[in-house]
Amino acid sequence: MATLDIIARSATTTTPPSIRDMDAVAKLIDVSKCIGCKACQVACSEWNDIRDEVGHNHGVYEAPMDLTADSWTLMRFTEHEKDDGDLEWLIRKDGCMHCAEPGCLKACPSPGAIVQHANGIVDFHQEHCIGCGYCITGCPFDIPRISQKDHKAYKCTLCSDRVAVGLEPACVKTCPTGAIVFGTKEEMKVHADERIVDLKSRGYENAGLYDPDGVGGTHVMYVLHHADKPSLYDGLPDAPVISPMVSLWKGITKPLSLLAMGAAVLAGFFHYVRIGPQRVEEEDERKEAEAHSPGATSTSALSEPAVHTVDPSVQTFDPKQPDGRG
Amino acid sequence: MKKQILRYNANERTNHWVVSILFVLAALSGLALFHPALFWLTNLFGGGPWTRILHPFLGVGMFAMFLWLVIRFWRYNLFIKNDRIWLKNIGKVMKNEEEGVPPIGKYNPGQKLLFWALIVSMLVLAVTGVIMWRAYFSHFFGIDIIRLASLFHAAAAFVLVTAIIVHVYAAIWIKGSVGAMMSGWVSRAWAKKHHELWYDEVMRKEERKP
Repeated sequence: MATLDIIARSATTTTPPSIRDMDAVAKLIDVSKCIGCKACQVACSEWNDIRDEVGHNHGVYEAPMDLTADSWTLMRFTEHEKDDGDLEWLIRKDGCMHCAEPGCLKACPSPGAIVQHANGIVDFHQEHCIGCGYCITGCPFDIPRISQKDHKAYKCTLCSDRVAVGLEPACVKTCPTGAIVFGTKEEMKVHADERIVDLKSRGYENAGLYDPDGVGGTHVMYVLHHADKPSLYDGLPDAPVISPMVSLWKGITKPLSLLAMGAAVLAGFFHYVRIGPQRVEEEDERKEAEAHSPGATSTSALSEPAVHTVDPSVQTFDPKQPDGRG
Repeated sequence: MKKQILRYNANERTNHWVVSILFVLAALSGLALFHPALFWLTNLFGGGPWTRILHPFLGVGMFAMFLWLVIRFWRYNLFIKNDRIWLKNIGKVMKNEEEGVPPIGKYNPGQKLLFWALIVSMLVLAVTGVIMWRAYFSHFFGIDIIRLASLFHAAAAFVLVTAIIVHVYAAIWIKGSVGAMMSGWVSRAWAKKHHELWYDEVMRKEERKP
């Protein structure tokens, strides 16, 4: 599962090298075990050498208030009142979900700026990023952020550099309660099943795994105590999909419209070849010119001499006449 | 009486060609980001990031200059009675046949349709382009609006580029049109052949003010 093979690449219409068979990895976040200590946020910032600006206290536990180009993961806190009136704190570690069908990659116009590794990790290559923000438009989870310093898009890499050498992501390594675990996707599903059985035995009958089909499954999965209502967890999408507007924008319409534009050019070319240009007939041109040449009279433009002998020194000259007088 | 007729004065010609140049630049930079097969066009603008930076400014410039062109030309682009008959006979027009094709004004209905298609697509492009402009404006809008804007921006760009392909070809097809926009002058025969009602009007004016 430690691999940097690329199986999908943004703005690339051919298949990238993909014959090697690799196990998919997954990070499993067990929301029911999370205590909201934010050690994962610190570990992320430390391993990736990113230091967000020190912000302000907004009277809530979230800090910073949103993901930024310098904060790739964030604990989101929701106070949820259960049916029996008990208060429940739902703490979700937000960040890139590493979709099997990534909306960011589909939307990206720059070849190779977004890649999907054979192990499932979706990674941004900032040196190819042009800063257009289409990845934000394409993402069903509102994850990528454009840096104001370099105008490149950033997000969680799932520590692709660590995973490539057989290490777990930094957030996983640091998590003190074991709420974040990492392994092959299959192993993580088995682990999640055990957790769900446990949660159900404790009265969370709707406990379940969040691995949404709408985006082909994700390589970051949640164990949720209320898997029937993911949106309780600070707006985690209930059924995320790549928006139909993005699919239409980036889908079949593009090659079709390109084809149509090419066809318009060819249609013009062959119209010229088959029917030909519209020219004003030389005869019409001459008639009009003569009819409106200075001094011409409207009645008999053709029979009139070209030059009037108004000035006695100006005379028409006709070489056919013996004396040259016209 | 002059031999030729002035169809476009220097300001009109300049305005037209400024819009044209900005269109070519905006279209090439836009197409570069439109389909991966055309991403190489970013090389014309100094690479991907520069293409992304320049494209919206080129677009805004084109839109502003186009509005000016609209103010100059809109009144000649209102439809008249003969236009309907002309359009019905578009098949003959396409085959360079003149019988049964009624005389038309300064612009033929095809040019008028192009004019209005340009206005609509330019307006859509300008509005959606601002919404998509990540560096300055996107944060004012919700994600669904941005997605819709992206889709409509691409659709309007397709309409605009296709319309301009038709426009450019028509200018190559109808000899004398390129000269009209380059030097401003057309021959009387050209005016009479292609825009007879306009020609008559010019003649009446000349008679009044020789």
